[in-house]
Amino acid sequence: MTEQTPFPRGSVATGYNGEGVENAPGQDAPKPTLADPVGSAPAAWATEPEPEQPEPAPAPVKKAPAKKAAKKGVGPSGLKKIKTRVPAGPRERPTVIVDNLHITYKVWATGKAASGRNSEKKGLLARTPALRRAREVHAVRGISFTAYEGDAIGVVGTNGSGKSTLLQGVAGLVPPARGSIFSLGNPTLLGVGAALMNELSGERNVILGGLALGLSMEEVRAKYDSIVEFSGLEPEFLDLPMRTYSQGMAARLRFSIAASVSHQVLMIDEALSVGDRQFQQRSEARIRELRESAGTVFLVSHALPAITKTCNRVLWIHKGKLIMDGGVDEVIQAYTDSENGPE
Amino acid sequence: MTSILPIRPETGASQRAAARAAQYGLVQLGGRPPLGAYLKELWSRRHLTWEFAKSRFRAQNEANRLGMGWVILNPLIQAAVYGLVFSVIMSNDSRPDNYPAFLVVGVFTFTFFSGCFSDGAKSLISNRGMVRALHFPRAVLPLATVIQKALELCAMVLVMMVIVMLTGEAPDIDWLMIVPAYALMALFCAGVAFLAARLTVHMRDITQLIPFVTRLFFYLSGIFYIIGDRFQDEGILGTLLELNPLNVYISLIRYAMLDGLRGAENGIEITAATWALAGGYGVVLFVVGFIFFWRAEGLYGRD
Repeated sequence: MTEQTPFPRGSVATGYNGEGVENAPGQDAPKPTLADPVGSAPAAWATEPEPEQPEPAPAPVKKAPAKKAAKKGVGPSGLKKIKTRVPAGPRERPTVIVDNLHITYKVWATGKAASGRNSEKKGLLARTPALRRAREVHAVRGISFTAYEGDAIGVVGTNGSGKSTLLQGVAGLVPPARGSIFSLGNPTLLGVGAALMNELSGERNVILGGLALGLSMEEVRAKYDSIVEFSGLEPEFLDLPMRTYSQGMAARLRFSIAASVSHQVLMIDEALSVGDRQFQQRSEARIRELRESAGTVFLVSHALPAITKTCNRVLWIHKGKLIMDGGVDEVIQAYTDSENGPE
Repeated sequence: MTSILPIRPETGASQRAAARAAQYGLVQLGGRPPLGAYLKELWSRRHLTWEFAKSRFRAQNEANRLGMGWVILNPLIQAAVYGLVFSVIMSNDSRPDNYPAFLVVGVFTFTFFSGCFSDGAKSLISNRGMVRALHFPRAVLPLATVIQKALELCAMVLVMMVIVMLTGEAPDIDWLMIVPAYALMALFCAGVAFLAARLTVHMRDITQLIPFVTRLFFYLSGIFYIIGDRFQDEGILGTLLELNPLNVYISLIRYAMLDGLRGAENGIEITAATWALAGGYGVVLFVVGFIFFWRAEGLYGRD
């Protein structure tokens, strides 16, 4: 539940390590990629990068060997089939168009961490160990896709693969280094937790969270009861500061506040894994509801069952690149089979 | 840093994607809205700004046993410490009349500025989680900080009035002058908060320098002496110190609160020019700071 904590910074930092240092064993060789979903997708599926784009970044993925995939019987030839088999509503109206999105971070690091093994291996500029330099971390590397009305899109990938950053980028909250995002209204990240204050009562936090989501004061008052009811919190807790809540209770309140607004595009980062069984079912139902009300839902989770249950489409991200984009069963299968599969 | 240049949303948008987006009525995310639209959005989020400021004001003391009592106690203790240092330990004879009250007014007014400056500078980086999770005009954050500090100032002013009365001053109609004076000062402080907030995003190191800048201004702004007395023979330096915005605001407040200081022969002279300066500093800093802040709107959240 990275997005739910008031300090999503931690999750991003994990991304840095995974991305930038790249010292995990066996990650040096380019991974066999199943296909480039952007390049091979029909026009109705994804926005293709313009050929005259000055940025050649997405190119290497395109022709990556698909040995492994072929072994599993999901070769590039099978991919078109996968895409057409995605069970979904009428693919008429795009809600989000992501076009060659790149997100980079600048990190100031000293000495060895900055020069690291990479530079030695690749023979880049020798760095003075003691000097502090800005290191660019390329967290999202040229991702393109189009989301449609009624889509519930799961995003899978290993820790540090850039899932959370992708979501923040697609939500328009982290500025892209390159590329662009078009969306129907502002996508909402289910991260209202960042605006809440642990010292204040649940009641004040419902008001604060509602305002932070863009509701007016009247709308917050009108929705107050239904938010509290959905959270299932005992009334006596609403007067207590949020720091006295258990993790599950706080998460329930956060989800209830965020889900009270019908978003056209909603993004959820690991939110379903919190709360008790009963609340999980209720939040899954709410997500289905949001999805049916012509919205688009993005869900980042390591809990594959949650994705299978909620989503109709899955994006598999690895090292900031889109490996596969297709129906739930196929992508989850390929993801599980791959050596980058769930830990 | 190169990234200081504000980005416009069209960076790298391929024409095909843009055309398709336009066809379906999608709008491009990121970048910076035009100034008019930004102001409008900021206005529509005024409840959030106010609630956020109020909540922070409350939350900071909520865990203490005395709770909101600290809002009053904190300035009282502060006044006691400065009173001890400057009127007992470092006493000297050439002091303005009613020195304890003089000191309290100066210190409290300065505290408002220093709080806006240091917390305003951190308003974006310390709320990074919020910036990365929610859509709202980022100017809400420095503004809410200034409002929070203004709420604290209200409590300090009450304490200040009690102390001033205890030192033998009687309340008079001129006390009301502190309202426009503090209002202009708040504009000035908001401008400083906007400037500092954006600069801190570009360069985190600035937070390390802020305490020193604050300390320097504390000594230069006539908190515990009257600049006119101390620097009357210094020519240009004395004039510059007199023109220091903080000295202007503090002089206005002192003139309003302390009967014994009014008039050139008693220490503080207020003319139309003083008010013009106070207004000019406030409006100019606010406008410049706001525009400077708005120009990088699309960049906040990346660091």
